[in-house]
Amino acid sequence: MRVKRVIAAVSAGFVAAGLLAACGGGSASGAEGVYSLHIMQPENPLVPGNTTESEGNQVLKSLFTPLVRYNDETSEVEYTGVAKSVESEDQMTWTIELNEGWTFHDGTPVTAKSYVDAWNYTALSTNAFGASYFFENVKGYDELQAADGAEPAATAMSGLEAVNDTTISVELKEPFAIFPVTLGYTAFYPLPEAFFDDPDAFGRRPIGNGPFKADEDFVDGQGFTVTKYEDYAGDNPAQAEGVQFKVYTELTTAFTDVQAGGLDVLLDLPLDAWATARDQFGDRYVERARPDITALSFPTYDERFADPRVREAFSMEIDRQAITTAIFTDTRTPAASFGSPVVEGYREDACGAKCELNVEQANKLLDEAGFDRSRPVDLWFNAGAGHDQWMTAIGNQFRSNLGVEYALRGDLQFAQYLPLQDDKGMTGPFRMGWIMDYPSLYNFLAPVYSTAATPPAGSNMSFYSNPEFDGALSAGNNADTLDEATVEYQRAEDILFRDMPATPLFYGLNQAVTSDRVDNVKIDAFGDIVTEEVTVG
Amino acid sequence: MGRFITRRLLLTVSVLIGASFLIFAMVYALPGDPIRALAGDRPLAPAVVAQLRAQYNLDDPFFVQYIKYVGGLFQGDFGSDFSGRPVLDTISQRLPVTIQLTAVAVIFEILIGVTAGVLAALRRNSFFDNLVLVSSTLLVSIPVFVLGFVSQYVLGYKLGLFPIAGINEGWYSYLLPGLVLASLSMAYVARLTRTAVSESMAADYIRTARSKGVGYSRIVTRHALRNSLIPVVTFIGADIGALLGGAIITESVFNIPDSAAPSSTLCRTRKVLWSSASSR
Repeated sequence: MRVKRVIAAVSAGFVAAGLLAACGGGSASGAEGVYSLHIMQPENPLVPGNTTESEGNQVLKSLFTPLVRYNDETSEVEYTGVAKSVESEDQMTWTIELNEGWTFHDGTPVTAKSYVDAWNYTALSTNAFGASYFFENVKGYDELQAADGAEPAATAMSGLEAVNDTTISVELKEPFAIFPVTLGYTAFYPLPEAFFDDPDAFGRRPIGNGPFKADEDFVDGQGFTVTKYEDYAGDNPAQAEGVQFKVYTELTTAFTDVQAGGLDVLLDLPLDAWATARDQFGDRYVERARPDITALSFPTYDERFADPRVREAFSMEIDRQAITTAIFTDTRTPAASFGSPVVEGYREDACGAKCELNVEQANKLLDEAGFDRSRPVDLWFNAGAGHDQWMTAIGNQFRSNLGVEYALRGDLQFAQYLPLQDDKGMTGPFRMGWIMDYPSLYNFLAPVYSTAATPPAGSNMSFYSNPEFDGALSAGNNADTLDEATVEYQRAEDILFRDMPATPLFYGLNQAVTSDRVDNVKIDAFGDIVTEEVTVG
Repeated sequence: MGRFITRRLLLTVSVLIGASFLIFAMVYALPGDPIRALAGDRPLAPAVVAQLRAQYNLDDPFFVQYIKYVGGLFQGDFGSDFSGRPVLDTISQRLPVTIQLTAVAVIFEILIGVTAGVLAALRRNSFFDNLVLVSSTLLVSIPVFVLGFVSQYVLGYKLGLFPIAGINEGWYSYLLPGLVLASLSMAYVARLTRTAVSESMAADYIRTARSKGVGYSRIVTRHALRNSLIPVVTFIGADIGALLGGAIITESVFNIPDSAAPSSTLCRTRKVLWSSASSR
């Protein structure tokens, strides 16, 4: 019968597909010596001055080598990058000496001009680059900011000069002792002439000075492959033949792919794998403390939280260990300092008693301050980023330890949440997250708590303003040595603990899993994979 | 016939105008500041913010923004997203992938759905008929992402029959995502066909053909099926339109870079301009 033949035909089709499957297989690993690395879609085209998020940074790190690098254990600055030295007499005028022999992937030399032109381009407001604010402290930066539609007064910062091919002179507006420490960040990468001829093409196929080079365009939604750069001048050449950056939209898919062998390195695990990955992957699992901090910030402009005793009380009744164990299954560590453990000047117990669980004392302080316990407290956080669970836990602790009711306010996305914060719209404690730009205690304090960082200019969402605190930061910037600067920054941190505009909660953990094709997978202090050290086979 | 088609095409133009206006208005009405959201937890220099706002006409009143947008469309300029990537580039990159995925899904839909429906109609109340009814109900009730993840894990990882993600293996990579995508429509098509065919088989003209001695298979395919396919073809036509818009869930589970990917990311991050253009 005709119908029976149709069934036969269809079944034959499926059998054929099954046979094809035997050839197809479930995993397609890369070419010889090339390993694959998961990334999410980078936000912007791959131009260093406009890349401020982790995915783009991971790609650019394989294609560029910065001026200075950081010791893996201590995060101290090491002059094993392009810069031979970065020195200053007065912490205000800096001279950067470059090593010779560094070239871009297209063969052109890396000179002082490559840096000066790149930095000026990033700082010029009409280019609308996200990392522009990194040059705020350079003399002449303000002339490159266009005021409301008019043209900027200049296109080059007066404090920045290429003295000769191997010397850059940078004059800052104020002394800044840790200036060399900042130079490892993406914003300070050099750019070849080719960028200025065609920025769009560069954004798809960046030309850098790093251990890998891009031979093909980055395809949005898919990624690209970078190959070993043979004429690399640094002391960290690529160990593999290439890296295939694979873009995934769904972490779970990437995780399944690592298990199947179709993906070699995955940094950032899906939520349900956080606790089990360690055991499941054995020695194919890598972890490292994330250089970030999650804190609970208080709106100092709100009358209920204006009294420091209230803020102290709230800090003392949070059981951080319970949250990190129960909710995060120990993939977070409780924090008692505003800086991350990776930075110099980190003191494990900087907060002291104020961050330790002490319900009695907390209640006593609240009574002293005359806090109205009958009104519920609003807990704010941005929606869609998975903060609901732990914020609920925090709220529950308010209820059980202090007898204060809470209301979760986590329904706003960034687009509404951030402007509300800028407008002093926080009616209660809110989540504050910060990931470090460069390894210094200063980077955890100044952008978040200094007066200069008051919104909209910065991220000081609690609107804390204390001249004594600003003074300590300034003293640190004026210090003669990095050690002296650190001491001042620690003093600033102590002032913060006295006033408690926020309370530290926990530090994150970077987790990675790999397939068995690769070896020597390491996570650096910034939370990126060290792409040049991974070996294949 | 020609007049009918011309009239329909003209109607399409007015639908396009209306739809684009509504979509633009709705996305515009979304609360929040998209430029501020771009920076996230980090500060953005005020001059940069001003620059971006001017670039994307965000300071203009609503109607001016809309006119500028439509004006751009007529010049072939679909605008660019907030990262400066031209929307037209992104669409042209992803449209071929969407078309391939849609084609595979529709082929599965037709092959499996129509065949199952016809067979079920011909053997009413048999085991096969009940099987089709139960399995179509099951397919409709299981959420697409569950189907996607389970099939990916079982067929892709455990059994190694299909690639897990991406489009690296040509047409083969589209098979599993296409099947998952077609699952819901397959169920509908099967049921539609079943109902339509069984109705046709009871009609008078079929009895006439039988009595004239026409063979059974010819009756089914030449006479009954032709008439009963009308509702099915209508459904599949509408379905093709829906699938071309991109299958958000299947795309993210199988990591297929089709037109849905930007929509889903952008819905989450609320970037206005691309959303309007891609929702065609």
